[in-house]
Amino acid sequence: MYLATTDAVATAKDKKKGKGAGEGGNAGKGDGRKGKGRGRVTGPVLALGAVSLVTDISSEMVAAILPLYFVLGLGLSPLAFGFLDGLYNGATAFVRLLGGYAADRGGRHKLVAGSGYLLSALSRLGLLLAGGATAGIGAAIAADRLGKGVRTAPRDALISLSSPPDGLGRAFGVHRAMDTTGALLGPLAAFALLWVTADAYDAVFVVSFCFGLFGVLLLVAFVPGRGALPTAPATAPASRPRKALTLLRVPAFRRVCAAAALLGAATVGDAFLYLLLQRRLDFAESWFPLLPLGTAAVYLLLAVPVGRLADRVGRRGPFLAGHGALLAAYVLLLLPTGGRTLLVGVLLALGVFYAATDGVLMALATPCLPEGRRASGMAVLQTGQALSRLLAAAGFGAAWTLWGIGAALTCAALALTVALAGGAVLLRSTEGTPQTTAPALAPTPVPEEPHAPPEKPHAPPEGTP
Amino acid sequence: MTLTPPGASTRLRVVSVVAAAALLAAVAVTYTVRAVHRAEPIASRSEFALDPGHLYFRSTQAGAGRVARLSASGTGPRTPGGPSCERFYAAGGTALCLLRRPGIPPKSYAVVLDERLREKRRVALTGIPNRARVSASGRMLSWTMFTTGDSYAGGDSSFSTRTSILDTRTGYLVKNMEEIPLTIDGRRYHSPDVNYWGVTFARDDNRFYATVSTKGRTYLVQGDMRKWSARALRENVECPSLSPDNTRLAFKKRVRGGTKDPWRLYVLDLRTMREQPLAERHSVDDQAAWLDNDTLAYALPAREGGRKQDIWTARADGTGTPELRVRGASSPAQVR
Repeated sequence: MYLATTDAVATAKDKKKGKGAGEGGNAGKGDGRKGKGRGRVTGPVLALGAVSLVTDISSEMVAAILPLYFVLGLGLSPLAFGFLDGLYNGATAFVRLLGGYAADRGGRHKLVAGSGYLLSALSRLGLLLAGGATAGIGAAIAADRLGKGVRTAPRDALISLSSPPDGLGRAFGVHRAMDTTGALLGPLAAFALLWVTADAYDAVFVVSFCFGLFGVLLLVAFVPGRGALPTAPATAPASRPRKALTLLRVPAFRRVCAAAALLGAATVGDAFLYLLLQRRLDFAESWFPLLPLGTAAVYLLLAVPVGRLADRVGRRGPFLAGHGALLAAYVLLLLPTGGRTLLVGVLLALGVFYAATDGVLMALATPCLPEGRRASGMAVLQTGQALSRLLAAAGFGAAWTLWGIGAALTCAALALTVALAGGAVLLRSTEGTPQTTAPALAPTPVPEEPHAPPEKPHAPPEGTP
Repeated sequence: MTLTPPGASTRLRVVSVVAAAALLAAVAVTYTVRAVHRAEPIASRSEFALDPGHLYFRSTQAGAGRVARLSASGTGPRTPGGPSCERFYAAGGTALCLLRRPGIPPKSYAVVLDERLREKRRVALTGIPNRARVSASGRMLSWTMFTTGDSYAGGDSSFSTRTSILDTRTGYLVKNMEEIPLTIDGRRYHSPDVNYWGVTFARDDNRFYATVSTKGRTYLVQGDMRKWSARALRENVECPSLSPDNTRLAFKKRVRGGTKDPWRLYVLDLRTMREQPLAERHSVDDQAAWLDNDTLAYALPAREGGRKQDIWTARADGTGTPELRVRGASSPAQVR
């Protein structure tokens, strides 16, 4: 981790010197110390990645043990916790919009994101101090969710503002890979701690707090603030948070949002898919917690390569292909295949889906957004996607109950096929516009712009939604 | 944000972050080491047996995490030194101990113990131990584990339950009773989201009562082992517990929405089907245990806060006032 951060500083300084494009070809190996532009991830991005890594260790530690703490530590049933969690997940959508708006006002991305990280870190102390009081625990969980909602959009805006336009996919890929690493390490750290301390939940809270606070310190020390951003937002942003929605008047951004929401509405939550996998394969339940780990590992490995690919061939293709992978997972679950093929296939497809859509979507949206309103725009996009996914989960649950698993999954597959076709149409002309603003950084050899005729891998568009 | 003055040199920033990291690491390590010292050893042996006339419970005081006992009269010293269990129940010369062994990932077990509290059988499980019951004869055992999905990739945090039933005489084990044919309002009911918990067996070791939840509602169900069927009796009832004379059913009933004090203990008379709230006015999130035909015991979070629980008793007919029975204890089981 120190390596990453010191490296970040080195790169940040490097950036100011602004060397020319130079050795463009050898972008492949990340250790090309002097590499620049497309071949390099900037210091702030690495710093933000490190912050996310450390923060995710902190938050996933607590997330992994909170149910245990509730049932075994406090003697409560976890249904209350599930209730709280659902409630706050809804509330974060709104908080996210506020966070994005606040960040754009005067370009205070670092301040807003930092407050979010700090609030989440402090919520661990809240858990510690709450003792067994349900109200206190509820407040602590609320603070954590609040912090998470506030920080996400400013952080993604910072990543986009600190990266060259033709390196966005890679930058988000690197960030998401580091983020996922933290998410994988967190539960391991928590269970190891419970192991050595014989279930001292308070020790997990304290260690989680230390990680969280360290993440905030990393942010304060190594992420550039307002003055250091490549372009200080000169234009005054809209005067009211509600005005964030006026960004939807930008045609290109509106299309990205519509595509994300459309595809999100056909995205069945992974929890459902894991449940289906378990029913189909009937493996021992003790393996169940390992399924998300498999997906995360694939995501982790592919996030950077897919991000780079997206930079090279345009972000629209990978984004749609990622949803194609999700469709493949649905189809695999519908086919009579079984055993290892099914298991590996579904986990692989889900990992590809996340790698090719999560960060890539942000990279896809970035060029459509003016720099001064990027955080607001990302918040709008993420909120729209989250809400439509919520809708999809509810719809799938209802379909499952009404018609059974097979029919529900068939519906989901059909919906995703239609959404893919719609998404392909919507995203047809989004890209290409931004690249004109690319500075002289772009190396000559590979500028394969997606001006090529829009190839449609799927059924012809029989109607835009 | 100008917490980092633009002039602060890189070296200064690196040095301060490294120093802060060292400080935070020191705090984390110190706290962990102290927690390790505080930890109680895990015991699988017991220094006492299942003797009639004693109240058994899981202690969080001396010998925390282990089963302890008191004489039923409540007088006399508390004897620690039982097996380590997260949840405990005993009846008819059989004890059921739900335990969790930490690790990566942690594992859970249901351990069947004989009348001398020696291990007879062990069932490996996933999830968090939650409810444990033994039928009066000691033949039928049932337990509930909470399972939860992990949130690595943004999964939701919904909980589900796995309830198992073990017939110790035949060795027949139903690992997850969710497939039992269920009737609600006179019609066969099918839904993927049914969850059962809190099973209590009648004296015939065949009839049982349990909670089922589906689509956000909970029902009291009556089940039949031999016919392998269950039907819903009434709504909004959780964690039933059958009285020793099999005429009444204690349960917690949701009296308020949300998470603030949602439950209250009730006793249902199975002949008249009339409900009577207990004198306990606190929200009780426990499967109450009958100490005798007139008295119920249950755990409540301790007054002084913290993660402690106390065992309280209340009269089953709703009269009187609740009494604090055992401090720093949960999972009460009266052995008759």
